[in-house]
Amino acid sequence: MTKHTLSVLVENKPGVLARVAGLFSRRGFNIDSLAVGPTEHPDVSRMTIVVAVEDLPLEQVTKQLNKLINVIKIVELEATAAVRRELLLVKVRADATVRSQVLETVQLFRAKVVDVSPEALTIEATGTADKIEALLRMLEPYGVREMVQSGMVAIGRGPRSITATAVR
Amino acid sequence: MTSATSRPTPAAANHGTATPHPARPKPAPPSGTPVRVTGAQSLVRSLEAVGVEIVFGIPGGTILPAYDPLLDSTRLRHVLVRHEQGAGHAATGYAQATGKVGVCMATSGPGATNLVTPLADANMDSVPVVAITGQQSRGLIGTDAFQEADICGITLPITKHNFLVTDPADIPRTIAEAFHLAKTGRPGPVLVDIPKDVLQETTSFTWPPELRLPGYRPTTRPHGKQVREAAKLICGAKRPVLYVGGGVIKADASAELLELAELTGIPVVTTLMARGAFPDSHKQHLGMPGMHGTVPAVGAMQRSDLLVALGARFDDRVTGQLSSFAPDAAIVHADIDPAEISKNRRADVPIVGDCKEILVELIAAVKAERANGHTDLTPWWRTLDEWRGTFPLGYEWPSDGTLSPQYVIERIGRIAGPEAVYTAGVGQHQMWAAQHVRYENPRTWLNSGGLGTMGYAVPAAMGAKFGRPEAVVWAIDGDGCFQMTNQELATCAIEGAPIKVAVINNGNLGMVRQWQNLFYSERYSQTDLGTHKHRIPDFTLLAEALGCAGLRCETKEEVDSVIHRAMAINDRPVVVDFVVGKDAQVWPMVAAGTGNDHIMAARGIRPLFDEA
Repeated sequence: MTKHTLSVLVENKPGVLARVAGLFSRRGFNIDSLAVGPTEHPDVSRMTIVVAVEDLPLEQVTKQLNKLINVIKIVELEATAAVRRELLLVKVRADATVRSQVLETVQLFRAKVVDVSPEALTIEATGTADKIEALLRMLEPYGVREMVQSGMVAIGRGPRSITATAVR
Repeated sequence: MTSATSRPTPAAANHGTATPHPARPKPAPPSGTPVRVTGAQSLVRSLEAVGVEIVFGIPGGTILPAYDPLLDSTRLRHVLVRHEQGAGHAATGYAQATGKVGVCMATSGPGATNLVTPLADANMDSVPVVAITGQQSRGLIGTDAFQEADICGITLPITKHNFLVTDPADIPRTIAEAFHLAKTGRPGPVLVDIPKDVLQETTSFTWPPELRLPGYRPTTRPHGKQVREAAKLICGAKRPVLYVGGGVIKADASAELLELAELTGIPVVTTLMARGAFPDSHKQHLGMPGMHGTVPAVGAMQRSDLLVALGARFDDRVTGQLSSFAPDAAIVHADIDPAEISKNRRADVPIVGDCKEILVELIAAVKAERANGHTDLTPWWRTLDEWRGTFPLGYEWPSDGTLSPQYVIERIGRIAGPEAVYTAGVGQHQMWAAQHVRYENPRTWLNSGGLGTMGYAVPAAMGAKFGRPEAVVWAIDGDGCFQMTNQELATCAIEGAPIKVAVINNGNLGMVRQWQNLFYSERYSQTDLGTHKHRIPDFTLLAEALGCAGLRCETKEEVDSVIHRAMAINDRPVVVDFVVGKDAQVWPMVAAGTGNDHIMAARGIRPLFDEA
């Protein structure tokens, strides 16, 4: 199955997330990741939803989402025409013996250390899903004590805005 | 029957006579200037302003504030029902019979949850209904307060949309939006949940409010290129079929459908939701398709090379096994809901729009296209007429000498005629009513098609009768269904809705019994209701206890005279207990999960389409 990234502009109202999430579960569509946040318009929120479906079911997902009254606009962002990022915070075991090696990995991935304690480092990294996965693979041997990851956010490349035409 | 004279006359019992309380302001006609009112007054004025004439409901704790200004309204009639489910189905029946938005009202908690079934029902059948529910005060929401239920959360998947009003100033706009959503685009139910303190607070009322629905833009005008494409296919097809669904009735497009059918000479099938959209007496009508459809209708679709679906949704009860459904047919799919197109069967020519507008443009396009010639449908009609001659819709008299349920329903249809409104519950009697009553007009056949809600008939008939008081309204019900919602006959008797109920009493959950007979080796598990064996309840006595006339019919000879007697009683509802045989079955039938080619015309009789 192919992964598709949908940018969904919704009205900034209570319950909208439940409507979207409920729609996916009751129609049997799987969400890979979902991120919600404000936009430059106070009345509009933006969701980035990653779904793994074939083309025909994707058409159904989009049409059903469009039927939700609070959904204003849906745009599929093609991988090549969009910047896509995830955020990772990971706590890695790093005592004096391995600390320099961990720091070297952090540098290689252009990640940064955001918290330090004698036994562990907390690392912040942003990037595509591939990069985050690769970084985690490198850190795993040292011992991942705890980690948290955001859903993907994405924006189209170039000067065009998907919100400009959708919001008065 | 006995106590009929001692009851107050229904019309005088309730409405139109109440004098407004002197201390309260009389509802003013809507105007642009803000007026200081309570949230509850704002609600009542908003309902008046959107043109509501009748509300079905039951008061309770949190909706109480709204019932106070309701007492003063001269334009809103409230019908006090016996159960909220009755209110919901009555609103649906009213909406289906009139084309207007049906309105129901309930209190929070159990009142609201009792609306769940009728809302799910209206959602499946795309019926415009607005439900107003009380909610616990804002400060108590989320604390598991008395009679608190998250009705917005509960009804989220079974409504077109719902609202929780948190500011009394939003009431007029929310009501306007709810009605707009319910009746435009693909119609459906909308719920408005209003906390008690929002109803009590002072606010200002202005009308008309500005709608704020940035994400709602239904497409009604069809795409010209798609319409021309469809016209081309229609004129070139050798075995076309017009597959008509409930959307044609919702769009009030029966006249346009008739024009297209007669212009092209194409055969028409009408689904369970579309009975009445095209006259049954018309020679191009092949009847109902689907699981219990006619052999010609099912066969025509299976052998078709072009299906023109109009406001239909390729429901599994129509298509049977999807992979073997109409294998050679190209699909033109016209619907107002883009999500229906290619949902079940891929469309070759999708047309999104209002069915009436689509048909108007399609007629023009077909006329233009026919100038270049069109296919001769004579060979197609020869096949269809042969099927019609060999496999007409019919039934056999029960061999045990019991009364035939099909005969009873057929006679009701003949005697009450095509101007009457018919409702049904769900099961065998519903299928027989769809098959054996002859429908000539849209909005005369109301049933629960999508959800299959037993108990729909009586409350829906009540709603239809309030919407069309001049029409004869027959609820054709089963003894199982009737025992689910007959309490609304008390409402009918007191509020003045003299409906007629035919209980097709076979003593059993008939459709389930039919399946047990066919697919479960005649092991009849939990389908005998005892209505025959013990005569519990005695439906004639029950009818009288509920303020109705109760009649009984047990033989063929009595059928016509009993129906005529029922037709003559108009001062109160009538219930006729038609005691019929338990072994009658619904035929034709396509067994669940099998392809439509395996349709059985009657038990053991399978038409061989290829040899026809």
